[in-house]
Amino acid sequence: MQLRVRALETILTEKGYVDPKALDLIIEAYETKIGPHNGARVVAKAWTDADFKRRLLEDGSAAVATLGHVSRVGDHLVAVENTPQVHNMVVCTLCSCYPWEVLGLPPVWYKAAPYRSRAVKDPRGVLADFGITLAKETEIRVWDSTAETRFIVLPMRPAGTDGWSDEKLAELVTRDSMIGTGLPKKPGEVAR
Amino acid sequence: MNGVHDMGGMDGFGKVEPEPNEPVFHAPWEGRVMAMNRAMGATGAYNIDMSRFSLESLPPTDYLGSSYYRKWFLGLERRLLALGYVAADEVAAGHAKHPAKPLKRPPLTSADIDRVMTRGSFGRTPQGPARYKPGDRVRAKNIHPTTHTRLPRYVRGHVGVVERLHGAQVFPDSTILGKGEDPQWLYTVRFDSQELWGADADPTVKVSIDAFEPYLEQV
Repeated sequence: MQLRVRALETILTEKGYVDPKALDLIIEAYETKIGPHNGARVVAKAWTDADFKRRLLEDGSAAVATLGHVSRVGDHLVAVENTPQVHNMVVCTLCSCYPWEVLGLPPVWYKAAPYRSRAVKDPRGVLADFGITLAKETEIRVWDSTAETRFIVLPMRPAGTDGWSDEKLAELVTRDSMIGTGLPKKPGEVAR
Repeated sequence: MNGVHDMGGMDGFGKVEPEPNEPVFHAPWEGRVMAMNRAMGATGAYNIDMSRFSLESLPPTDYLGSSYYRKWFLGLERRLLALGYVAADEVAAGHAKHPAKPLKRPPLTSADIDRVMTRGSFGRTPQGPARYKPGDRVRAKNIHPTTHTRLPRYVRGHVGVVERLHGAQVFPDSTILGKGEDPQWLYTVRFDSQELWGADADPTVKVSIDAFEPYLEQV
């Protein structure tokens, strides 16, 4: 693959379609700047600021845009809130739609057949693959990203975190908890 | 098209296998493929639905048997060949042999990668009033377009409830045919699992898709 990819890049560069330096910067941005830590800041802010949370659930794109330190977000970001009654999970059965700006590039499993095929039919089985068991009566709400809307799950704030700063809370927010295939870490799992 | 990419509800693919401490890219070429895809898209060579359709059109064995970024590479190469940006003899030689095709927008430079770091907007002025409102019961049409569509098979013919109205957006089924953006109202439609998967399904599960108005009909 490496040779074929290099050959195509050579052709595109020689024809003046792409600038390899620009490609370097795109790669670097996704390797270093844009990742789940962006989404974790959004979640932590929603946990500590009720007004921000309300705005986030009303219009995800607009609310995230007000956080200057998070990467720029395109339109159509929708935040969905977990509650004691409802657990949200996000999938793209048709391809690999994922909220890149707040979570970075998706992990391999998110883009692979086992998750895409089962998330809409057997979400509890999928959660079991992640070691997660929810109460039998909890509603599982699966969001299939079939258009340009992008979803981020707002997980529940773990108990025992009263008085924690946004920065500290963000450390509890895992990527999977914002996809809905995981839960936030417990207070004891991060250094105080 | 009713392709292997439309995976919702299929059985037999096995367990989900998360990789601990997964790297962003598993080999440097994966990053090059991702970046080339973005950079060529920024020149206006293709839009997101053309990009998706070229992956969906891969031979099913390639689609199922390739890693994610191999699929992206195969799709990108196909697309650039089909659109005339590169020629088969160039791919064989690994070098340019023909003059470049004019680009719709200038190539991406290191000074303006912001052009691809923020998603574009797909919202458009509606062409008329929305037919449905939150709370309405609607049926996903039993349609089987042979070209690109974003209506997954597992909901077709099934009844759900409109939960959200997102405004009018670019209609993929139209742009892929070269018929323009044809903006359509977009709804989140929620289905009960037993409606989709039968009486034995877990009644606590609800699944939604985002459906363009032409995918829906009144119940």
